[in-house]
Amino acid sequence: MKADNAAVSIRGVSKSFGSVRANYKVDLDIYKGEILALLGENGSGKTTLMNMLSGIYFPDEGQIYINGTERVIRSPRDSHALGIGMVHQHFKLVDVLSAAENISLGLHEKLNIRETEERIREICEKYGFDIDPKQKVYDMSVSQKQTVEIVKVLYRGADILILDEPTAVLTPQEAEKLFDVLRRMKNDGKAIVIITHKMHEVEEISDRVAVLRAGEYIGSVDTKDMDVEQMTSMMVGHSVSLNIRREEPVGVKPRIEVKGLTVRNDEGILKLQDVSFTANTGEILGVAGISGCGQKELLEAVAGLQPVESGEVTYIRDDGTREPLLGKDPLSISEMGVSMSFVPEDRLGMGLVANMDIADNMMLRTFRRGKGPFTDRKPSKKLAKEVVKKLEIVTPGITTPVRRLSGGNVQKVLVGREIASDPTVLLTAYAVRGLDINSSYTIYNLINEQKEKGVAVIFVGEDLDVLLELSDRIMVLCGGKVSGILDARTADKRLIGRLMTSQGGGESHE
Amino acid sequence: MNKRIREPLFHIVKRDAPSLKRIFGVRIAAILLALLLCGIVTMITTGLDPLSVFESIFIGAFGSKRKIWITLQNTAILLLISVALTPAFRMRFWNVGGEGQILVGGLAAAACMICLSDKLPNALVILCMAAGSLLAGALWGFIPAFFKSRWNTNETLSTLMMNYIATQLVAYFTIIWEVPKGSGKIGIINQDSNIGWLPEVFGSKYLLTIIVAIAVTAFIYIYLNYFKHGYEISVVGESDKTARYVGIKVGKAIVRTMLLSGCLCGLVGLLLVGSINHTVTTTIADGQGFTGVLVAWMCKFNPLTMVFASLLIIFMNRGAGEISTNFGLNHSYADIITGIILFFLIGCEFFIRYKIQFRKKTAKEEK
Repeated sequence: MKADNAAVSIRGVSKSFGSVRANYKVDLDIYKGEILALLGENGSGKTTLMNMLSGIYFPDEGQIYINGTERVIRSPRDSHALGIGMVHQHFKLVDVLSAAENISLGLHEKLNIRETEERIREICEKYGFDIDPKQKVYDMSVSQKQTVEIVKVLYRGADILILDEPTAVLTPQEAEKLFDVLRRMKNDGKAIVIITHKMHEVEEISDRVAVLRAGEYIGSVDTKDMDVEQMTSMMVGHSVSLNIRREEPVGVKPRIEVKGLTVRNDEGILKLQDVSFTANTGEILGVAGISGCGQKELLEAVAGLQPVESGEVTYIRDDGTREPLLGKDPLSISEMGVSMSFVPEDRLGMGLVANMDIADNMMLRTFRRGKGPFTDRKPSKKLAKEVVKKLEIVTPGITTPVRRLSGGNVQKVLVGREIASDPTVLLTAYAVRGLDINSSYTIYNLINEQKEKGVAVIFVGEDLDVLLELSDRIMVLCGGKVSGILDARTADKRLIGRLMTSQGGGESHE
Repeated sequence: MNKRIREPLFHIVKRDAPSLKRIFGVRIAAILLALLLCGIVTMITTGLDPLSVFESIFIGAFGSKRKIWITLQNTAILLLISVALTPAFRMRFWNVGGEGQILVGGLAAAACMICLSDKLPNALVILCMAAGSLLAGALWGFIPAFFKSRWNTNETLSTLMMNYIATQLVAYFTIIWEVPKGSGKIGIINQDSNIGWLPEVFGSKYLLTIIVAIAVTAFIYIYLNYFKHGYEISVVGESDKTARYVGIKVGKAIVRTMLLSGCLCGLVGLLLVGSINHTVTTTIADGQGFTGVLVAWMCKFNPLTMVFASLLIIFMNRGAGEISTNFGLNHSYADIITGIILFFLIGCEFFIRYKIQFRKKTAKEEK
């Protein structure tokens, strides 16, 4: 029944939430000294399965063997005791405590903070982490917080590590550092499971991939025996081609002109400094940069959501008339007759209302239409049905609250609504973050369709390979300044990488 | 099964969408269990026969035509308050100032009755009362809303503080208008002329409040679910980032909604003073501004189910009052009974949303 020498053997484990079958009779082995990538589309049950190992959920049926012995994991504490540690997608740290205090939290031992700090330093040295045990969590960057989470599970003596989308919040450089650490832990004999949607990371870091589809275990293969396309086919159950088509832009005319844009955030920190660029019709302008370099502020300033210190944003109509956009809120922009669509980074917190159903979410931008005090729900229901059908959204129906949909489907609802209004400008921020590869390509295709219809697209992305394949031009932001605008067809990835980190921001390549 | 491996006795599983049958089933079961416990508690503490206690409860609420009317009228008032708070709550604006908004509404009505009775004809006095009450309530709602939209102050604190101001205002004017001097009470206003007394409808002095409550409940239900304003309220309540993203002016929505909420609370004050009590005291709202918060929450901000929740609470309250007089019990007895029922009703929500799964044996037997 169970595999010998496996650190963890999962046998016949099922878990349902109401009528939703998250896992069904899953068999999975995890070995020591290997990095296993757990793959699957959004909503295929990867996180649920791992949550059962870490004691958050209890399986409806099935057995779990740890180092060859059948075990019952009732709670996170049981899980710790068995040497399982999970680093969640959303960190679970107390902001006002220091790293060391967070790490010792919940342990049943006498608190000796100096000893704890000493042991943390030892762990850091052994695996090459870089954290200060005394530093408060609220002072830490996202990557430091993640490091604390990883050190926390190691501190508790975990030798089976589960990381749920660890690189989603990291810059490429930070991800590289994390991978070095993971390799060192692997060589130290630990069993590591990593859940990720970034296929090039899977190829880079993992020894073996295991695939879940719709809650069922499909199989596992050595990473070196497979390419990305084969892995994706295994995940979605049919063959897929992973090519982004890129047509030559047609009828290119300036649409949005940004000049000398300078933005400070609420805390008075300079987020954008003298940013100038033009977004053209029928063209995708990719925006590259390390996260937090002003991408969010840039899009929000254009969309009328961000107060601006100085600069100009001009909308240029088809007939060449120019109108300023700054100082207008989204409502007055749409009253000007400018159809601007914006797919924000924070989908459920900004772009959609999590507790409303798909139909009501379709109405968000258009609910004011029509005379009288009543809303007209008929058009939004019709639109919801169309979007669900066209974008193949997996949902029980259009009356399902969007929070119950998986990440990819949520994004399809949002993008579907935003392009339904026939925009002339489309702004997207991290449109495929957290999405599985198949959904990502659906989104790329939708964006391409918009470009071919003559929409001016500004696409903020994090994956340089995708930016290079999808965009017509790439603007690189670095610390709130434009460090270069390049032709994406000829641009060099390494050059962009350098521009992303260069501090000067003076060189411009048009 | 291996003895070493022990599954937990039970674990808790979330249900996805509970069926209507289940929702009502669990709630009815909760009420029945609550009544059973009430009976047991009564029997143990007083030695009375629970059946006769239940009978008294029923007689207390529905024993005579007059009792039925009073029960319905009180239900209408509680319902009105709960419904009045609902638009604000849907917006996640925690208006716990219902009490104060009712009081100032009542105070404004009483002021018109006292000061205008010899100056204006009855119909005009009533018009002034109505306008005054609604405006006063709206003002009491506006102030915290304005502060919230301007400086993002905490509305729970500010609405609560407004309650104390209202109480003290009423206390102050009680001294000014007290009749007879030194009694510390205003007493029945215009007892002889009946000026400013709201009219009887179809020959019943209770019906006006009930009709108003039905009309307001229906209106708010429609307002929240089918009006553009209602849609805005839901969006603002979920996330003000989303609201700004689609161009809803959040501050404006907050102020507008609280004007409505306060206005309706003021209306309750008008009814309490003009139609029911014909006087104003600091305790005229009788804590129902807070009970209304409870009703609104219990019904998940759905005005229609609030009808049943208010009826249940008033029914138990009236019934318990009857018991305490019949059997010579302290009036706190009514609170104990209401407390038990609320405990069960709120507690049962857990069983609607979650299911308790016992150790696998049962599952295997099923197969």
